[in-house]
Amino acid sequence: MQTGPGDTEIISRVLKGDQAMYAELVKRYQNFVFTITLRYTPAREDAEEIAQDVFVKAYRSLADFRGDSKFSTWLYTIVTTTCITFLRKKRIPVHSLDNERVFEVADNQNSAFRANQVEQKSKAQAIQEAMRLLSVDDARIITLFYQAEQSLEEIGRILGIDPNTAKVKLHRARQRLKEKMEKHFAEVVEELRD
Amino acid sequence: MNKQQHIEERLWEYIDGAGSAEDRLFIEQLITTNQEWKTKYEELLQLQDMLSHLELDEPSMRFTQNIMESISKHHIAPAARSYINKRIIWGIAGFFICSIIVLLVACLTQVNWSAGSSVSSSAINFGKLSHVDPGRFINSTYTTLFMMINVVLGLVLLDRYLNFRKSKMESKRS
Repeated sequence: MQTGPGDTEIISRVLKGDQAMYAELVKRYQNFVFTITLRYTPAREDAEEIAQDVFVKAYRSLADFRGDSKFSTWLYTIVTTTCITFLRKKRIPVHSLDNERVFEVADNQNSAFRANQVEQKSKAQAIQEAMRLLSVDDARIITLFYQAEQSLEEIGRILGIDPNTAKVKLHRARQRLKEKMEKHFAEVVEELRD
Repeated sequence: MNKQQHIEERLWEYIDGAGSAEDRLFIEQLITTNQEWKTKYEELLQLQDMLSHLELDEPSMRFTQNIMESISKHHIAPAARSYINKRIIWGIAGFFICSIIVLLVACLTQVNWSAGSSVSSSAINFGKLSHVDPGRFINSTYTTLFMMINVVLGLVLLDRYLNFRKSKMESKRS
């Protein structure tokens, strides 16, 4: 639950020169931003570097935030563009759903998982690990919807797609997550059914 | 799409609170009357619950401090809307639209409309294109008209800009 001054109030104070207030915004959104960046790159150091870059960029362009959307939606748009730029620079392959290689990569990861599969995995751990098996596209849309609490319209705005396309993508992502759960964390899925 | 996928799609819509009131009522009835729908609904509801409780990752302890140190070296850039003058954009658009219109008029006046459509007697004689004298068009009435329109557009823009500067200076003084 958000306490203290609202985002708009903090932003107007920062714009008036109270730079220290920006720390409030950073603290409020750092976990959200960091979680999204981790969906793009598994390396925590890289994810943290991107997240820092996002907040610096957001600070520099704060005057451009018009308030016609939530601050979080505006911020996550910067996250998306910064992550894509970072991955291009680092030449880390982003597995598109259209790319068949994504399934090969996932299968390789799956076999590693199978070897280490712990029988009594908690539900939370299981779903976190199943999320890591998903493609960037799938993990990102699930994170935006459930963890960053963005509506389909807002997700559409962040990703530059139609809300209906976002709806379809979310549905497919959940379906694939469920498949991963059934394949690798069968016991947890059984528990759910009981 | 197979039946299972269809059921799941409808159920996710229901869980997300999407769809019309009629749709929701219909799904609600299916959940209470149909065992297959009920089982699937409970399964998805559990997954939904797990997804809603996904934990966020936390960056290092120094994260906020690092950002605050970084931004101390930066200034907030002025809003893009303060330095992008829409009138200039409209002026440039007007210039290109005028250019296209003048070009079209110039081309259409060269067409021999009474000519037939056969290959041998084409409306436009492509063979003569190499003999086109550009000087003829530059001195034509259309070019003068085109230049006039641009001069007028330029003067209008200049006038607006000067007015804008004047009102801005006056508001600063007051």
